[in-house]
Amino acid sequence: MLALDDVSKTYRIGAFGSRSIRAVDGVSFRVEPGEVVSLIGESGSGKSTIGRMILGLTRITEGRITFDGHDVAPSRDFYRRAQGVFQDPFSSFNPVYKADHVFATVREGFFPHESNGAWHAKLAHALDAVALSPNDVFGKYPHQLSGGQLQRVLVARALLLDIELLIADEIISMLDASTRIDVLNLLGDLKEHGLAIVFITHDLSLGNYISDKTIILRHGRIVEHGPTPQVFAHPQDEYTQALLEAVPLLHGSWR
Amino acid sequence: MTLVVDDLRVYYRSLAGDVKAVDGIDLELADGEVMGLAGESGCGKSTFGKALIKLDSRMRWVGGTVTLDGEELHVWDDEVMNPHRLDDVSLVPQYAMSALNPTRKIGRMIHDLLRARGVDFAPLRPELERRLQLVGLDSSVLDLYPIELSGGMKQRVVLVVSTLLNPSLLIADEITSALDVSTQKAVAEMLVAFRDREFVKSVIVITHDLSILAQVADSIVVMYAGKLAEKAATATIVDEPRHPYTRMLIGSLPEVGVRFAEHRLQGIKGRPPSLIEPPAGCRFRDRCPLATPRCAAEPPYRACGDGHFVACWEAE
Repeated sequence: MLALDDVSKTYRIGAFGSRSIRAVDGVSFRVEPGEVVSLIGESGSGKSTIGRMILGLTRITEGRITFDGHDVAPSRDFYRRAQGVFQDPFSSFNPVYKADHVFATVREGFFPHESNGAWHAKLAHALDAVALSPNDVFGKYPHQLSGGQLQRVLVARALLLDIELLIADEIISMLDASTRIDVLNLLGDLKEHGLAIVFITHDLSLGNYISDKTIILRHGRIVEHGPTPQVFAHPQDEYTQALLEAVPLLHGSWR
Repeated sequence: MTLVVDDLRVYYRSLAGDVKAVDGIDLELADGEVMGLAGESGCGKSTFGKALIKLDSRMRWVGGTVTLDGEELHVWDDEVMNPHRLDDVSLVPQYAMSALNPTRKIGRMIHDLLRARGVDFAPLRPELERRLQLVGLDSSVLDLYPIELSGGMKQRVVLVVSTLLNPSLLIADEITSALDVSTQKAVAEMLVAFRDREFVKSVIVITHDLSILAQVADSIVVMYAGKLAEKAATATIVDEPRHPYTRMLIGSLPEVGVRFAEHRLQGIKGRPPSLIEPPAGCRFRDRCPLATPRCAAEPPYRACGDGHFVACWEAE
């Protein structure tokens, strides 16, 4: 469904673009419906840039990204099928408006002719999918909701569009341990209903928990790519091994 | 004992009423102990850390005592606390990465900082350079501006600076949270190394990440809604927690090896209560699967084993 072929991104920096940074370097992978693919890497590994390129938010320097055979480009039709949710749920909301305002903007932009009844049924369905009741969010301001609730509102907003692909960029790194797992389980349920998810994270244990395939990135390149259980049980690359060794475990020690 | 805290209460002033963020905390920190302080956001853990060194303008000391190395700290009196800061108590705050003055080179900033404490920089410089080396930084960082350092480097600089005068107590507030796993490991191990080398006597590590504490802490304290839920040696908290909150918190952690397809972890339903008018009785009661009518009365925070304290009626 989603295919990246030899995708690269070069940023020009310095005076007159005299120097360049290769943020993403020859990355290729596929994502199929109902599949969660984790992009795991440290800061500067290019993982977020890849997510932004898939959504057409950042221009591709070389290579191709196709969605069902068509090159991705920012368009209403594309965003009806592919959406992104990002790290900081607090900055995605305008504090002046109530939290449900984000739903109203979707209605204005994508469903201007939908009747009130049909729209509310759709909304109730989307909220139900993220385990929120309308009473939890309607009429509330963003500061009255927890980070986990806000993040779920954003996922619900994406679901309103009957999306097939979700780019989830560090969506739970700002949440508490107790609510984190609920958002992860939500992604797991959506995947079982056929949603394709690109799960971008720096946290190996989260990637391990949720994803079918794991891609380890370093300096914009893929250093390891395979089924998640295999990558975690038998890492081939030295860098992957070092990363796994640095993960703090509850049971078991670093030394 | 490095630190003894007895029934400390620190509230925030707000228009809606006092926010009881630290509401009766009792703690003892032994010499050389690294203690982890864990809990969800809004449980009061950072407020507790700040209360030991400086109350900001919204914070109000309501009651309780803090004793450091046998001397009572008048935490409510900004003037009296001043000589203790950096010398006896040091805090590496959550925003440590932005704690460095962007307009000064690192060395210049340290020089200014020490002068403000009445300490001469020159004789300390060799020791400073030795410690920077210990954390993997070349002394050339002293001639750099903060913007030229990576997040991990800044975090290490702040750690070295805040412990330069060998304080008795170091409070490290979420210092590893914004770092990558490998840097996180390096910084966390540095805390232990600083204790081992006696740059600091004892350390309180505040974090929401229990796995980090399992690696570095000797004991773990779990806070919930401004109160202590449980305290014990690290191995006890990890393997035999008594408080339902601790159990659920540990149960919600996805460890490497646990997968959604095979084992579905559970979060904790609901949210912590408002601290403006916290419910009477056990504050975890609304989210607790074990709650009984007895929980309408506040459970005492009592010993239930060697060095193991818990505040729960149902903890058998």
